[in-house]
Amino acid sequence: MARSLMKDGRPRSPFSIVTMVVLALLWTIPTVGLLITSFRSRDDAATSGWWTALFNPLGTQWTTSNYQGVWSGQDFGSAFLNSIVIAVPATIIPIMFAAFAAYAFTFMNFPLKELFFLLIIAVLVVPIQVAFQPMLNFLGPRGLGISGQYMAVWLLHTGFGMPLCIYMLRNYMSTLPRTIIESAKIDGCSHYQTFWRLVAPMSMPAIAAFATLQFLWVWNDLLIAKLFLKSDNATVIVALQKLLGTQGQGQELLTAGAFISIIVPMIVFFSLQRFMVRGMTSGAVKG
Amino acid sequence: MATVTFDNATRQYPGNPVPSVDKLNIEIEDGEFLVFVGPSGCGKSTSLRMLAGLEEVNAGRILIGDRDVTNLSPKDRDVAMVFQNYALYPHMTVADNMGFALKIAGVDKGEIRKRVEEAAKILDLSPYLDRKPKALSGGQRQRVAMGRAIVRSPQVFLMDEPLSNLDAKLRVQTRTQIASLQRRLGVTTVYVTHDQVEAMTMGDRVAVLKDGILMQCDSPRRMYDHPQNVFVAGFIGSPAMNLMEASVTDGGVNLGGHTVPVERDALKSAGKNVTLGVRPEDLELSDDGSGIPVTVDVVEELGADAYIYGSTEQKLLASTGETGGPVPFIARVDGRRPPEKGTVIHLKPKSGHVHVFNADSGERIGD
Repeated sequence: MARSLMKDGRPRSPFSIVTMVVLALLWTIPTVGLLITSFRSRDDAATSGWWTALFNPLGTQWTTSNYQGVWSGQDFGSAFLNSIVIAVPATIIPIMFAAFAAYAFTFMNFPLKELFFLLIIAVLVVPIQVAFQPMLNFLGPRGLGISGQYMAVWLLHTGFGMPLCIYMLRNYMSTLPRTIIESAKIDGCSHYQTFWRLVAPMSMPAIAAFATLQFLWVWNDLLIAKLFLKSDNATVIVALQKLLGTQGQGQELLTAGAFISIIVPMIVFFSLQRFMVRGMTSGAVKG
Repeated sequence: MATVTFDNATRQYPGNPVPSVDKLNIEIEDGEFLVFVGPSGCGKSTSLRMLAGLEEVNAGRILIGDRDVTNLSPKDRDVAMVFQNYALYPHMTVADNMGFALKIAGVDKGEIRKRVEEAAKILDLSPYLDRKPKALSGGQRQRVAMGRAIVRSPQVFLMDEPLSNLDAKLRVQTRTQIASLQRRLGVTTVYVTHDQVEAMTMGDRVAVLKDGILMQCDSPRRMYDHPQNVFVAGFIGSPAMNLMEASVTDGGVNLGGHTVPVERDALKSAGKNVTLGVRPEDLELSDDGSGIPVTVDVVEELGADAYIYGSTEQKLLASTGETGGPVPFIARVDGRRPPEKGTVIHLKPKSGHVHVFNADSGERIGD
């Protein structure tokens, strides 16, 4: 392998290239296995491993009946939509508020600032389970009466996601060059303008990273979805869990359903990964 | 365009017993180029930031024109600032960077474009208007930062060590460009630097600060010829002025056995000892053995000139002849006939080029 240079001018290392390829393959194997199994018949999947299909593709009974089963069986389609309707706002809302909060914690001065920040960090270590009973009371018929609706789950995910998001974004924003904010001040920006025109665009790597995390977490969430959504509003993950009967029937549907359910997180990841680049502020200040 | 007035402006950081800027009083004229200079921590940047509105003023006032801006926010002061690290907006093009303030102010697009292009022409940035800052060299980024200030046509330019991130050659070049640009635009400018050469070459007036206190504010020439105190004398000029303790005698000051003539009237209030200052270029080699004896340690030959780095014994008390040990001594001599290393030479200060300071207060004595 020629020792050419990488984009940033460092010499290419054959060792790290080989390691990365091996790791990438290793990490992909379970997904490939899932994909293959989802196209095999129930009997095949029950009697042999997915790799036998790979070595003997002609002797395998390929079938799309699993996928048909998933779509026709229960309301998988509407569960899919429910998931999107829940995950998208439950990602955007906490980031919106957390970014405002992080800006305030980083660039503004107000009384008890440190105490408030400490409280938010403290909330990070409180387990979700602790909040279930009070939240059921609060959101349920005795409180707001929105338990079971999308709104309830949006609120919960916003509440549980925000502390970490504030923490991450504040840490990122405090690495932004302070003179840029001062320059904006002199240029006549209000806090609002400074946030939208400068800080938010410059914080894109951190925002994108957290958006991916939050989306995955909300999308894969079973606990909150099970507890706080009525069955009409159930998410893909809840639907997946329902595919499986108590005696293990419907196992073959599970693989197909699982594969469908990971498509959206993959799309989200690949569309956001280009924002997760370092060097977003390069050129701003003389290093 | 406007005058700028610091009226007893004071800044004291919470938890710090001493003010970082202590009762600063300066009046800057319309269109003047004033340079703040001083060692690090002297409060020069803080003073500038107080004027910009980035730093609170704890006591006193700051006026731009007749307007008291002490408690105004930066955006209401009509000032533009160039930062040491340029502080360009990384996600915007050069044109957007330069037009940003106008955009925020709601100026219409055509007008912004026009003013940005004018400024770009002045600064040779026209080919780069659509680039992002990261695709520019250090010098170009510096010019974008300048352009951002120019486009706004503010009442006052504030510059916080804008050249310290450039390499030596570019710095000298840009120094001249900034000075001439300022003369052409005629905008009142306050400039902060720690480099006294920059201060002397660029400023109409130079303000020297130390520990938050204004030491002297004068034209570069006056500052050089009439330093008000020992600090300014030692700070301005390169190589630095020779400063040493000397005892007062009849008709002058005794230095290493040599009597330097100083006006008698001036010495009246001085007491027994004074601090004597002589610039390296105000010394002449004497052939007859009279003058200050200096042992040559190092000779720096610069072609036209040579600098002698040596030492001399200083006398503390004329009565006992007790010496205060060797003190470093620098002199400029003709570069074609420099003395040898290790020899002892005798140097005589040129008359009228000797500075005398009070040994205790450090204040200048006489004219």
